[in-house]
Amino acid sequence: MNWPETFRTGIEAVQAHRLRSVLTMLGIIIGVSSVILTVGLGQGAQDEVKSQIDSLGSNLLVVSPGSTTSTSGVRGGFGSASTLTLADADAIDDSSVVPDVERVAPVISSSVSLVNGTTNWTTTLVGSTVDWLDVRSRELSSGRFYTAAEVASGAPVVVLGPDTASELFTTGSAVGQTVTVNGSALTVIGVLESAGSTSSESSEDDTAVTPLGTATAVTGSTGTSISSIYVEGASEHTLGAAYQEINALLLNLHGVSSTEADFTITSQEALIETANSTNKTLTVLLGGVAAISLLVGGIGVMNIMLVSVTERIREIGLRKALGATPRSIRRQFLVEASMLGFAGGLVGVVIAVVGAQVLPSLIDQPVSLSLLATAAALLTSLALGIGFGVYPASRAARLTPIQALRSE
Amino acid sequence: MSATRIIELSEVWKSYETGPVSVHALRGIDARIDEGEYVAVIGPSGSGKSTLMNILGCLDVPTSGSYHLAAQDVSTMTEAQLAEVRNRRIGFVFQQFNLLASMPAWRNVELPLVYAGVPRHERRERALASLARVGLADRADHKPGELSGGQQQRVAVARALVTEPSLILADEPTGNLDSESTTDVLELFDELSALGRTIVLITHEHDVASRAGRQLVVRDGQITTPVGAA
Repeated sequence: MNWPETFRTGIEAVQAHRLRSVLTMLGIIIGVSSVILTVGLGQGAQDEVKSQIDSLGSNLLVVSPGSTTSTSGVRGGFGSASTLTLADADAIDDSSVVPDVERVAPVISSSVSLVNGTTNWTTTLVGSTVDWLDVRSRELSSGRFYTAAEVASGAPVVVLGPDTASELFTTGSAVGQTVTVNGSALTVIGVLESAGSTSSESSEDDTAVTPLGTATAVTGSTGTSISSIYVEGASEHTLGAAYQEINALLLNLHGVSSTEADFTITSQEALIETANSTNKTLTVLLGGVAAISLLVGGIGVMNIMLVSVTERIREIGLRKALGATPRSIRRQFLVEASMLGFAGGLVGVVIAVVGAQVLPSLIDQPVSLSLLATAAALLTSLALGIGFGVYPASRAARLTPIQALRSE
Repeated sequence: MSATRIIELSEVWKSYETGPVSVHALRGIDARIDEGEYVAVIGPSGSGKSTLMNILGCLDVPTSGSYHLAAQDVSTMTEAQLAEVRNRRIGFVFQQFNLLASMPAWRNVELPLVYAGVPRHERRERALASLARVGLADRADHKPGELSGGQQQRVAVARALVTEPSLILADEPTGNLDSESTTDVLELFDELSALGRTIVLITHEHDVASRAGRQLVVRDGQITTPVGAA
């Protein structure tokens, strides 16, 4: 019997037991679709993290106070006992010491209440220099950003995040209005463009940015300590060099050895890696569970094929009497098993594709289908069909025609 | 008359090992059947006639002795070779018809041609011609379940004829049929015999056996009637 005939016979056999075939395929269908969707969810989460972090600026280093070491935990402190000062920021800005740095934006941030008439909104007040806008890759949707002169004089001006603006000024434009912070009136001169293209709510959109001096004045903070320093590298390639330079400079300024560092420098890449390694662990774990269900589906195929061989023992005997060789009987059952596997895989892929369209709106998680994972799952389902079809098929082939014809 | 010899069995033994005892189902069978003969193999159950039928049909091989079918020694063939001999040389008719219930009559009839590698369009033509020969041209698209017992057995005969085999081997072909259908099927065998077909019919009924040109009586694994062409 040639291949086309074998396939035709296989299709007929699968069709002849429709319900059973569908039930057999169910294991493969569930396995394949869950493998694809799990990998898709993991990939989607990674993409989202990457786009979120990318939106902060791709060649950004963040220097923050305190340090994590393996021996003594966190050294130094956030907030009140900040170990970073404006002098540190100025030193980093010196291009002769740190040549691979483009811009530096020292930031102090604190939680404040903004008041507009009777409307009250708590947000993060950020005090920084004019470079903040470029370093954080932000843009304005209306109005203007504050100027270097306003920074120098500590002018009472503020730029609001889009969410903050819409919370405080429900009607009309915020630009030109006044908000009160701890009793000081600040003029709104601009509103930021939304930072994220992503669906999730971002704190980047709920903020108020003022000149550094203005922030210290309204929050009443004293001293020169700052919350963090945003540093934009000259280029992505020299970010590593910039990292080393800043590290050496600050160690020197603070007079400490590298094991006693009281600051931490974080790159976006490191953030992405941290986030992705968590995602990857989850994806591998869930994908593994899905792969096991795929395997169980394969065993289901073998189970049914064995039943099918027993049930069709007379048919096998008849075919042998009419001239079927052991090889063509083996081939027939093998083709049937691989058809069940592959058809299950195809249906699984269809379900996964549909699921990838429907799921994001249900669970608010992006799913990005990977062609590789889809192809791999499909091939695996075919391989499972063949692999688990071998034993039943060779059992069918080994039957002698008399055995097979005699059975009742 | 020097007819071609279709079957030649000499000193055929068949033994089964069942635990410590070995059972001899056939004890030295010698038989010759020529082309065009209509032979009935008759014997009570347990006489070894089913074992003989299996060996004649190349479904089993003798423990010792030789079997030539159409001048080919089949007693030493491999399973794959036997499958080909069954396909080309032998047309089977079984007691239980053994039709595939999911396929219409003509698909059942074409089945041996599928294994013979005959192209699709030719298979259908030959299957329909074979059905016409047994008088069932108008039932080609009926499934076995939609046919009477006699009709089903005639479909099985059509399947046995479709490859133009050297030998038609019928194992109790009327065992599952009422008397009317039995007559029907036996008349068909008579017609085929008249057309020159070689037929070996295995039965335990004397009425059925008496239709044949010659009878071989099997008893205790041996043939008790004189051997040789009639």
